[in-house]
Amino acid sequence: MNGPHDMGGMHGMGPIPIEPDEPVFHAEWEAKVFAMSFATFCNFFPVDETRHASERMPPGDYLSSAYYERWLYALERLITEHNLVTPAEIEQRIAELAPGE
Amino acid sequence: MAHTHRPESDIALRVKAIESLLVEKGIVDPATLDTIIDAYEHRIGPHNGARIVAKAWVDADYKQRLLADGTSAIAELDLTGFSSEHMVVVENTPQVHNLIVCTLCSCYPWAILGLPPTWYKSFAYRSRAVIEPRKVLQEFGLDIPDDVEIRVWDSNADLRYLVLPERPAGTAGLSEAALADLVTRNAMIGTAQVPPPEPPSTLAA
Repeated sequence: MNGPHDMGGMHGMGPIPIEPDEPVFHAEWEAKVFAMSFATFCNFFPVDETRHASERMPPGDYLSSAYYERWLYALERLITEHNLVTPAEIEQRIAELAPGE
Repeated sequence: MAHTHRPESDIALRVKAIESLLVEKGIVDPATLDTIIDAYEHRIGPHNGARIVAKAWVDADYKQRLLADGTSAIAELDLTGFSSEHMVVVENTPQVHNLIVCTLCSCYPWAILGLPPTWYKSFAYRSRAVIEPRKVLQEFGLDIPDDVEIRVWDSNADLRYLVLPERPAGTAGLSEAALADLVTRNAMIGTAQVPPPEPPSTLAA
């Protein structure tokens, strides 16, 4: 299946964003998304399913998201599809953890 | 960071919520998460690949095995690991410069180079490396002469590449460990060459 992930030869993506001495992770959430994905795709589904899940991201979202946002999308999609967590549980937990207005 | 259109605080909150649910349900163990993060921040990185390169520079038989069957030669050094199970090593020479990309995803030999840098994962690198590699390399400050062939290798989920860079001049007397210290991540992807060692400081008494 083709899609926005099939990027070889695409035009218009601009200069290469080269960052000297960049950290492995740029924020704690990136590290957590990586670690949760690693821990689940080693135990609950194969890593190839993670890649496929990120390729199922709607094209507009794929092209406007950062790398670990695509990982987060794949993680969320797979843990819900594999019935480890429900979407409602995630939304409820977000509401519980959200800082008070 | 680049491309993000959602506020980062919203993303961080979403991640926190998912983490708390997965931990609460016993699906992930917080200690395991810390171990994974620590491994990729501190233990697994380009120093692993640099060992392979330095050994190939000093041991002609090893180099031959590495270029013939990268997977087995890397296993000899106990460096086989997740996301680097099948490896092809390509050699830079005065006639050929190799460059590695993953146009479809960001496939990369994690066990050998650690996690990929942002530029490797960027849409710009993934799209452009295969159609205008010389221009891409110029953005890294690397001018490849027109009479040098550039070969671009597109990685995939099951097969990953490593560049064996050219050994720089002025390194004849260096030990394998000292050679390894010269090898950079970008040189093993093909967006840099290995610089010659810095001359000894005249201030060092």
